[in-house]
Amino acid sequence: MSTALLIEQLLNGLQLGVMLFLMAAGLTLIFGVMGLINLAHGSLYMIGAFACAVVASATGSFWLGLIASLAAAAAAGAIMEVVVIRRLYDRDHLDQVLATFALILIFSEGSRWIFGSFPLYLDIPPLLQGAVSLPGGGQYQLYRLAIIAVGVAVALGLYLLISRTRLGMRIRAGESDREMIAALGIDIQTLYTIVFALGAALAGLAGALVGALQSVQVGMGEPVLILAFVVIVIGGIGSIKGALIGAILVGLIDTMGRFLLPKTLALILPAAQAGMVGGALASMLIYIVMALILAFRPRGLFAA
Amino acid sequence: MIARETIINLVLAVILLAVPLIAMAFGEPFYVTLSTRVAILALAAVGLNIALGLGGLVSFGHAAFFGIGGYAAGILATHAFNAEPMLFGFEGTTSMPWIWLIALTVCGLVALPIGAISLRTSGVYFIMITLAFAQMIYYFAISWPAYGGEDGLSLSVRNSFPLINTAKPLPFFLICYALLLLAMGLFALIRGSRFGAALQTARQNDTRLAAVGIAPFNIRLIAFIISAMVTGLAGALFADLNRFASPSMLSWHMSGELIVLIILGGKGRLFGPLAGAMLYVLFEYTLGGITERWQFFLGLILLGVVLFARGGLLGLLAGKARHG
Repeated sequence: MSTALLIEQLLNGLQLGVMLFLMAAGLTLIFGVMGLINLAHGSLYMIGAFACAVVASATGSFWLGLIASLAAAAAAGAIMEVVVIRRLYDRDHLDQVLATFALILIFSEGSRWIFGSFPLYLDIPPLLQGAVSLPGGGQYQLYRLAIIAVGVAVALGLYLLISRTRLGMRIRAGESDREMIAALGIDIQTLYTIVFALGAALAGLAGALVGALQSVQVGMGEPVLILAFVVIVIGGIGSIKGALIGAILVGLIDTMGRFLLPKTLALILPAAQAGMVGGALASMLIYIVMALILAFRPRGLFAA
Repeated sequence: MIARETIINLVLAVILLAVPLIAMAFGEPFYVTLSTRVAILALAAVGLNIALGLGGLVSFGHAAFFGIGGYAAGILATHAFNAEPMLFGFEGTTSMPWIWLIALTVCGLVALPIGAISLRTSGVYFIMITLAFAQMIYYFAISWPAYGGEDGLSLSVRNSFPLINTAKPLPFFLICYALLLLAMGLFALIRGSRFGAALQTARQNDTRLAAVGIAPFNIRLIAFIISAMVTGLAGALFADLNRFASPSMLSWHMSGELIVLIILGGKGRLFGPLAGAMLYVLFEYTLGGITERWQFFLGLILLGVVLFARGGLLGLLAGKARHG
């Protein structure tokens, strides 16, 4: 096993982690401020990817597509909040789960209706095509590095937004006491819509970025949504810092597990069996890690 | 005077029994299969309702037990069919009572650690951790090639029951119907027992329960295990109905559907799961006949029920539940 391959896998893990952070940040922000569990977050990811693919193929520009994905997801999020989600804040989690599950059915079947069952494809923009060489003599896709950079930039931007701006101050106030900030004269309904749209835009961005690596299709949001849940449960629901660390952890463990487990087992088992056992174990690995973390810290690593 | 809910319950039970009988008289076995589907889904939801309705434990991972039950039936039947012994030299079997017993045991054994870890958390954490455990089992099933992997596991013939010809639709329906009634009896028994009282108190106020000397954790864990076992039994029947144990039985959509059944019918009610399953299969069949996009409309209906009709079908027909 060469160093280059190991570095490549580490970067892949980091890229998955960063992408999960974009999803998890919105989820955890929405839970932290509004106390809402949103299953339909994966649909917003899908909407972002579709918007990007449609606009990019119509205009020929990936960058316009990216802007469209942000706008479409934020708009879909804002509409969703005003029409449905707003009625769920004072309901129990069961009602929230069901209503947002219903939204998934509506969004998934709705987009299958509009776009059909065939996947759309999105090309990597010319500026980011190609590869860079790694130390140790490997090549790595430039686009994946760019995704990592975007993720780091978003994490930094979110940190500045929340700790340095007036909006961020209100969000933090909303997390600690909703009634109080409403009593202080802050328009809490608008704040909720803004937070929801912000989370939606991040999910849409993640969808658009990943859309160029995979195909854009109905149902693409669901596996990511569940991984994002694992991330925020590990990190502590409501904590952005927890989401960042949880996302990187999940991204690295999942990728490295799939890479290393079959190889490690091959030392003690025959090759075919090692591949089978290793593959099955690797696909369960992050859930096992999550269970272990929760067994010792039931409210996650950075409980709010 | 008999309560209105009791009358409605009786009517629902009679309808579910009458439809297949009438359908057979007119030579329409398709409706028997449809009714069997209703009975099995209702059975699975009765199981979940013990945890969710009585205990307030919103398990978003009961598909795990539904699927394990299904795979228990599939794996045992496959080994019996190929006459290969399983791990530790056990023989496979095609006898339903044995399969049920094994499905119940395995589900109970799997629910014990899952429940013990998940119940340390509550609220949203509980929802997500049960979901994650179910996903773990789902991914295990699709990446483990020995029993079909992503393709699932076909049963060449439906498993057998002593003295009854299960290959015919009507006898198989009657087996499922009888098990559904048994499970609803169990639900009523639990609800009325001291254990059930403690379980419902744990939902409403676990500090008070602890104050009278009952540990909420143990009560919840037992309820979770019983709940998982009933759902697992339904899974074994479901695999027999379709002659197929598929990974989709383990998927999180299935967990969502089980919760949907309970909410459509009415949460925490004895006949809620049956009412919900009847409504669900009716939607699936009628809407599915009109448009292949029926899930879109199911979503709209579900959204309407959650936002505006919180008691579900039984809540609409029989008013508010009288018990907590």
